[in-house]
Amino acid sequence: MSILEVKGVNKRFGGLQALGDVNLSVQENTVHAIIGPNGAGKSTLLNVLVGKLIPDSGSVMFDGQSVLGRKPHEIAQMGISRVFQTPEIFSDLSVMENVIIPCFAKRDGAFRMHGIESVASEAGITEQAEKMLDEVNMLDKRHMTASSLSRGDKRRLEMAMCLVQEPRLLLLDEPTAGMARADTENTIQLLKDIRKQRGITMAIIEHDMNVVFSLAERITVLAQGTPLVEDTPDKIKDHPKVREAYLGEAQV
Amino acid sequence: MLGLNSRDFKLFAIVCIMALVAPILLNPFPTDSALGQSFNAGYPALMQRFVIFGILAIGFNILFGLTGYLSFGHAAFLGMGSYAAVWMFKLLSYNVLPAIVLSVIVAGIFAVVIGYVSLRRSGIYFSILTLAFAQMSYQLAYSVFTPITNGETGLQVYNADPQILMSPGDPTSPHLFGITMNGQTQVDMGGWSFVFQNGYYLAALFLIASFYLSIRIFRSPMGLMLRAIKSNQTRMSYVGLNTKPYMLAAFVISGMYAGLAGGLLAAMDPLTGAERMFWTASGEIVVMAILGGVGTLIGPVLGAGLIKYLENIVSKINDGILHSWFSFLPDWLDNLLVTVIHPFIGKGWHLTLGLLFMAVVIFLPGGLVQGGQKIMGLFGRNKKSDAKDGAKTPAE
Ligand SMILES: Nc1ncnc2c1ncn2[C@@H]1O[C@H](COP(=O)(O)OP(=O)(O)O)[C@@H](O)[C@H]1O
Ligand SMILES: [Mg+2]
Repeated sequence: MSILEVKGVNKRFGGLQALGDVNLSVQENTVHAIIGPNGAGKSTLLNVLVGKLIPDSGSVMFDGQSVLGRKPHEIAQMGISRVFQTPEIFSDLSVMENVIIPCFAKRDGAFRMHGIESVASEAGITEQAEKMLDEVNMLDKRHMTASSLSRGDKRRLEMAMCLVQEPRLLLLDEPTAGMARADTENTIQLLKDIRKQRGITMAIIEHDMNVVFSLAERITVLAQGTPLVEDTPDKIKDHPKVREAYLGEAQV
Repeated sequence: MLGLNSRDFKLFAIVCIMALVAPILLNPFPTDSALGQSFNAGYPALMQRFVIFGILAIGFNILFGLTGYLSFGHAAFLGMGSYAAVWMFKLLSYNVLPAIVLSVIVAGIFAVVIGYVSLRRSGIYFSILTLAFAQMSYQLAYSVFTPITNGETGLQVYNADPQILMSPGDPTSPHLFGITMNGQTQVDMGGWSFVFQNGYYLAALFLIASFYLSIRIFRSPMGLMLRAIKSNQTRMSYVGLNTKPYMLAAFVISGMYAGLAGGLLAAMDPLTGAERMFWTASGEIVVMAILGGVGTLIGPVLGAGLIKYLENIVSKINDGILHSWFSFLPDWLDNLLVTVIHPFIGKGWHLTLGLLFMAVVIFLPGGLVQGGQKIMGLFGRNKKSDAKDGAKTPAE
């Protein structure tokens, strides 16, 4: 069953056709990678999915409901979470507080007037946040200010913040971009664990073919804003059109 | 205790005690001594200002300290609160209770409207919008709304006013069920005399309640959300939180605090004018918060106290007083010192404030609270763990 259906989506920036008639269907419980050369429109597509950009035409259905015209926080409440190219975390707050905030968002919705009881008195929330931090091996860092974390830890923290919302679809925009080899390996492992333990559907944008081929079950190749082919990793590797358009000869 | 953790409770207890014994603490020098004449601050009119502007600063800090949104028009809510209170005196009676209640409600309603519009923008644009609203209110109070504000003369109570709830025996000045605000008890001990005024204590109780509420807000999930807004609004919305109502709630609460302060000002002295809403008054609130320590619990109260102290004490000092202090020095040195200090006293108190403000911003970006922490650190009392906690939660 497909959880995300993108149909005929177009988006122009001035004279530039960033997305041209994009059709994409992400099946529930799979990891779907979207690859393509720089400027192919991958980030633009993601921004359409989370409500940051409104397409000129087309439809985006998540779990049978249209996401177009909804605010980012509404789409997040529907069950789509997003990991950014550079981790978006609450840098000034503690690691623990970073995870507590999405716990509240999950439990209480987009807004609740709760200005009297202390955060410390919310035992259930604290426990949930600690469990999550333990899962990503960051419990010992819970009192640290988030800005002082390493790049890899910031990514883990952001992942924890997304996971604690129990999303139905997790979108990842180049989750290993700019990471050292070791951090990249760690992130792949983390994603594999998440996949195994939670069975979350993921759509992942990635440059690193190593990451793509070790995680993805389906791959869509995007070129100049239009999907070129969609298939399993094995087929994609050998697809002549893909080699020509994107992979080149040396990279795989 | 009282739903506060032990550190917060200690701070709260200190504030309670200070507020209650202020009439004694602020009169350290014998009443008739030269120092007492110049530096004693324990007289009701000034102490009222300490606590009332303290309330204003606490409220302002809930907005600016937590969310980082700098309102440059907060004095407007203060002014509206005062007008609402004086109208209650005119229409009902001199009882301060309905006056204070209405001042909070009126400020709250205006805050909803002004906040709703201003919060469509952030950063400098938000500040300018709030400033524009406040200046608009000020100008309207002077001109178009004279039937309500009595324009330049200012709003006050006249004999001809209805005062429908006033019975014959009632006091003819603001009171709380018969306890007059300007009623006071004077205690003379040795060379000291201490004045305990009803009005001051009413305002002090409101300060204590306001401070308590602000601690609860700071430590609550909502306080956490507001700090998260300051930190990263993008992440806020992508975890599914709507920042708008949180911001509006903070803005309105903060406006209601200002309304309360305005109501109390009118309760102490039942007249008011448009100048309370002038932009310099809004600027002064910003200075109070920054001077004391933005985002800390106690800082804004300290900042408000310091400014009101300078305004009332330093401005009173004149060359004659200086000469009397330096009379033991040779004449030429006496004259030299007086010439050097002259620009900083009397009307020059703004210069003193300006220099102090610059010094704090440059050397103590955390305000007086940071200064206090540094001094504590020198005495080795600032344990390492405290510093770590400070990063996690707003310190005192
Ligand atoms: N906000 C924008 N305004 C104008 N052009 C944009 C904007 N965002 C992206 N583009 C352009 O659209 C194209 C696709 O960009 P993007 O989706 O970021 O590519 P990718 O993520 O695949 O590298 C690029 O040519 C880019 O310059
Ligand atoms: Mg991109």
